[in-house]
Amino acid sequence: MTSDSTDPAPSAAPAGRMSANTRELGFRLTWGRTREVAIQFGLFLCAVLTTLVTLAIAAVLFVEAVAGPGGSAFFQQVSVVEFLTGTEWTPQYTEKKFGVLPLVCGTLQITVIAALIGLPLGLLSAIYLSEYAAPRTRAIIKPALEILAGIPTVVYGYFALTFITPYVIKPLLQPGAVFKISWLWNIPVDGFNALSGGIVVGLMIVPLISSLSEDVLRAVPRTLREAGYALGSTKFDVCTKIVVPSALSGIFAAFLLAVSRAIGETMAVTIASGQKPTLTLNPLMQIETMTAYIVNVMSGDAAVGTIEYKSLYAVALVLFLVTLFMNWVSQMVLERYREVYQ
Amino acid sequence: MSTVPNQTEPDHSASARQIDSRHSIGKLFEFACWASTWVSLIVLLVLLASVGYQATGWLSWRFVTSLDGVKVQEAGLLAGLVGSFWLVSITALMSVPLGVGAAIYLEEYAKPTLFTRFIRLNIANLAGVPSIVYGILGFTLFVRMFGLPKATYAVSLGFTTFSLQLPLGRSIIAGAMTLTLLSLPVVIIAAQEALRSVPASVRHASYALGASKWQTIWFQVLPAAIPGILTGVILAMSRAIGESAPIAVLGAATYIGYVPGKFKSLSEVVTQPQKLAAAPFDQFTAVPLQIYNWVNEPKQEYQYVAAAGIVVLLAVLLLLNGSAIFIRQHFQKKIRW
Repeated sequence: MTSDSTDPAPSAAPAGRMSANTRELGFRLTWGRTREVAIQFGLFLCAVLTTLVTLAIAAVLFVEAVAGPGGSAFFQQVSVVEFLTGTEWTPQYTEKKFGVLPLVCGTLQITVIAALIGLPLGLLSAIYLSEYAAPRTRAIIKPALEILAGIPTVVYGYFALTFITPYVIKPLLQPGAVFKISWLWNIPVDGFNALSGGIVVGLMIVPLISSLSEDVLRAVPRTLREAGYALGSTKFDVCTKIVVPSALSGIFAAFLLAVSRAIGETMAVTIASGQKPTLTLNPLMQIETMTAYIVNVMSGDAAVGTIEYKSLYAVALVLFLVTLFMNWVSQMVLERYREVYQ
Repeated sequence: MSTVPNQTEPDHSASARQIDSRHSIGKLFEFACWASTWVSLIVLLVLLASVGYQATGWLSWRFVTSLDGVKVQEAGLLAGLVGSFWLVSITALMSVPLGVGAAIYLEEYAKPTLFTRFIRLNIANLAGVPSIVYGILGFTLFVRMFGLPKATYAVSLGFTTFSLQLPLGRSIIAGAMTLTLLSLPVVIIAAQEALRSVPASVRHASYALGASKWQTIWFQVLPAAIPGILTGVILAMSRAIGESAPIAVLGAATYIGYVPGKFKSLSEVVTQPQKLAAAPFDQFTAVPLQIYNWVNEPKQEYQYVAAAGIVVLLAVLLLLNGSAIFIRQHFQKKIRW
């Protein structure tokens, strides 16, 4: 096939008595072959580079957060238990407390709200695109959904802060104050709130879920659908009792990927949901997510080497481990799914 | 199909009613699917409309072509635009060869070993790592270089010498290297798909004519895969342009009174080319970062400025995505296997 595969057969001809003909076929170090090998090695290095990136991330986070030179790492100064169970996060104060729970709570709020909005919308659009939409409709809608995925997150943050909070959430929850009518209800809403951030993150993950789920729905063999119809099922029955259940693992993988994106989402929630770590389950209050904390400290001027600066790495480590785990599970599920249907 | 005659009558009406209700449930479900698709699209329209509405009156030629000033009326996007341009150019220069190279290795050379499988899984995982983690990586690795003491090296470039400072500091090159790591998995995955879509018969024909493996890839497979690769690269780069989290973490300047290279006018690109060599090592800002800073300003007017910046950013992205779609359509018609 290639020039590399012109292997000599040394056992056939005794060494030293090789005829001119066999020597032609033997391995010779030519410029062309050296080039082939060198190129292959270069390409291999490109592929290995990606592994190095992962290693670099792990190393950086490990050295700064877990075990650094001279006991300088974060967890050598703050105990893991205090970090994971503390309920106050006040690195900027003189009395520093490093309990990550308020940040985790903020991230969790955003993720749950985003999932409540993004998962049903995304899955239903996927079903629509794969089962109901005419090919021409799909050809228009799919790129339009991709536009939604291509909009920078800072734009979503802006939209949440300047449109969703003042023109959607406030009129709905505190019409009394907004429309100046005293007998209407008045639920306090902060200018920065988790709800608006969660809503836009939910919208952001819709295209991700719908395109991934559509792929797995379409991969369900046609014969399964036809068997359903032959038994007298309606399209609804086929969708909900045959197609979606058979694609369930793939859909689950898409959900996981989307949720992990919601967890790692940064700019939109930094802009929309605020910068105040609060341990609360009220989505109408100002919060701070793990990602927002990193941005706020980094774009401020935390001196390198201080414990406040080190705490970034601890937060980033948690973020990295959580998203990595979810992505990994999701990839495993998707791989298994591909094996089943292809 | 019942053979007992006096049982058919009530059964029929009952099952007809049941069928009716099943059909209406089906209709309702179809409507729900249809509606949720349109909800996202309508939100998209509302988003564009509200941004456009807020930007009117603030988006002007002066806004796009001048540096940021102190007053609201003097706000300008030029430094960000040039900064983003530099960032994405260098990112493309670095991530395309690396990404396509890795994709070629994985698709054409790699044997299905455990290590190959690990690399693939790792790439998929890297694509899902939050961009802010890349920001932290870039900050530690490129901006600070693990706290390496500052040193300056003179590098000769033939027509000019410039001083290379290590660690790279908050420079364009550090930002571009970070964005390269960030967009690498996306480029690799896109290039892999493009390579996979080239039929095996093309390779076999090339081998049959005596071409070596690399000749086959370079002269046959890559040219056939280029439209797909290009589309993927453009999409990855438009994502990189919109990235603000890693750039903010890298600590790009919030206010900056010059464009990278400190060019005073466009003609200086020709008259003072040494500034071009210095530009990648300058401090910078980027369009999404400027937008972020404007949004954070307490003054109401800055929101409109931010909206104007968003309109420019979306226009640039639209241009890029449009060209990607054009390339896809144009070349898809030409190549028929």
